[in-house]
Amino acid sequence: MNFWFFLLLSILKVALVLVVFLTSVAYTVLLERKLVGRIQNRWGPSRVGPFGLLQPLVDGAKLFLKEDMIPAGVYKPLYLLAPLIALGCSLLSIAVVPFGEPITWRGVKLFEIADLNIGLLIILGVTSISVYGIALAGWSSNNKYSLLGALRSSAQMVSYELALGLSLVGVVLRTGSLSLTDIVKVQSVHGIASWNLFGGGQILAFFIYLTAAYAETNRAPFDLPEAETELTGGYHTEYSSMKFAMFFMAEYGNMITVGCVATLLFLGGWTSPFGDLIPPPQNIFVHALMPILWFVAKVFSFLFLYIWVRGTVPRFRYDQLMGYGWKYLVPAAMLNIVGTSLIMAVFP
Amino acid sequence: MHLVLFLIFAAFCLAGAINLLLQTHPINSALSLIVVMSSLAVLYLLLGAEFLAAAQIIVYAGAVMVLFTFVVMLLNVGEEEKTHGSQVAKVIGFPAVVVILGVISTIVLEAQKHLGGVSLSDGVTTTQDLSRVLFHELLLPFELTSVLILIAILGAVALARKEGHS
Amino acid sequence: MNFDVVPSSWYLILSALLFSLGVIGFLIKRSLITVFMSIELMLNAVNLSFVTFAHEWHAVKGQIFVFFVMMVAAAEAAVGLAIIISIFRARATLNVDQIDLMKL
Repeated sequence: MNFWFFLLLSILKVALVLVVFLTSVAYTVLLERKLVGRIQNRWGPSRVGPFGLLQPLVDGAKLFLKEDMIPAGVYKPLYLLAPLIALGCSLLSIAVVPFGEPITWRGVKLFEIADLNIGLLIILGVTSISVYGIALAGWSSNNKYSLLGALRSSAQMVSYELALGLSLVGVVLRTGSLSLTDIVKVQSVHGIASWNLFGGGQILAFFIYLTAAYAETNRAPFDLPEAETELTGGYHTEYSSMKFAMFFMAEYGNMITVGCVATLLFLGGWTSPFGDLIPPPQNIFVHALMPILWFVAKVFSFLFLYIWVRGTVPRFRYDQLMGYGWKYLVPAAMLNIVGTSLIMAVFP
Repeated sequence: MHLVLFLIFAAFCLAGAINLLLQTHPINSALSLIVVMSSLAVLYLLLGAEFLAAAQIIVYAGAVMVLFTFVVMLLNVGEEEKTHGSQVAKVIGFPAVVVILGVISTIVLEAQKHLGGVSLSDGVTTTQDLSRVLFHELLLPFELTSVLILIAILGAVALARKEGHS
Repeated sequence: MNFDVVPSSWYLILSALLFSLGVIGFLIKRSLITVFMSIELMLNAVNLSFVTFAHEWHAVKGQIFVFFVMMVAAAEAAVGLAIIISIFRARATLNVDQIDLMKL
């Protein structure tokens, strides 16, 4: 039965991607602690296992064994729902990301869970839904710091979503499609020279995307929702144990997703940066797995940049943040759209 | 397959809409409405309107309803008070609902044999098809909506601004 | 029973049911913000029948109508919620029975 085969293979793909994704979330945390440690001239975690490599496991076990408290004043249904929404949205958008070349085996795409015509819109939609996780967490906690953090964060996410969406229009204009596979294929011709970032002239769009992505994922320098000196923990002040861990995982999961999207849209996805300079490998397995290696390397470099910025740039003030988003990023994104369409009209 | 999906998401829609009426706290009503809107997006997908399904999620569930929850949180609106309600609604409103529902259902059931069916293999309306019509034949209405949205933004700013600020 | 085909009329009836629920919500809800949500529910119900008819007659324009409804609904939500905020500032209540003057 073809349908059952398809279902089985899809479930296998989902399970594999989920395991790999959650493991990379755990190790992104370690990467961040290590790198920020080095930036601040210390070692970072180095006691558990060689180079501290087992630290994520111990952290996970610790969070799992903590007492799971539910404060008396919370509105329970939404208090329990909020971390689920946050983590669910964080895991959902990875479903449309293509990790490697579209190789089909018996009618099933091997290296992505779902190939959609509107993959990019799905990612934007999931991003816009993920506001609810944070907003409801803050509201249902019945705590003024949580509520302030949640209000800040929802205003920030709604504002920067606009700049984020507009910055992607240039890429879509160049491709003429919303399918992520098509977007990568356009950039695959001449290696690094045909990436949207360089050859496509989308460097301004990349900068806007990068900035908006920091704000969307609530990361430094835009981590105002959880500015610990003024809001204690922000929206997750009242959460403990696994529920806190879910928010934590959602945050790092969003970082990885943003890295994947940036790789696909601006950095040529799974294609090699050298283009045709290196002859394609003869072995069929190497041929299939090389693109995944490039993809992972690009996402890793993006995450490195993310953490580097966190360790370097101080936090914005709230009015600076909103002013920056509305007064500079949105007009710049519109300028980018007009510029890209003019160039495409003159040199078709 | 299509029938199963339709029944599941139609049930979600109706359950969400009924829950919207039954809940007394506005934030619960808002969440039920989000469930209705997301299930409608799936129904659009079943009807082959993939761009609209994405737009439904982004615009309705992700922007309009975020505004609603934001306002509920900002004003800290409490439970709904039970008050007497409008007499006109009781006398005219409810019979009118029944009549409207009856008329629409009768017409639809009457016309059922002229209407076709929907199946998963019908093909989708791609974003290219949609934009071709939108930007060729309906360019003027499209541009007019942008003016409408600009006016709405100005109106919202003017209304929500505190008195005394210049 | 064919599991792969759903009659278009079912979609239309679902749309009619959602619309009626929206009207009932508009009539029975007493909080201004929930009344506004019922209006959004009605708009969504109408959108569903637009999409169904667009599919029925293979007319892309039906879907574009939904697109316009969405844009107008977004504009309406922005203005409507601004009105709700200024009403709340002036009277500290959102109960529709207490907002019966034609001014703030």
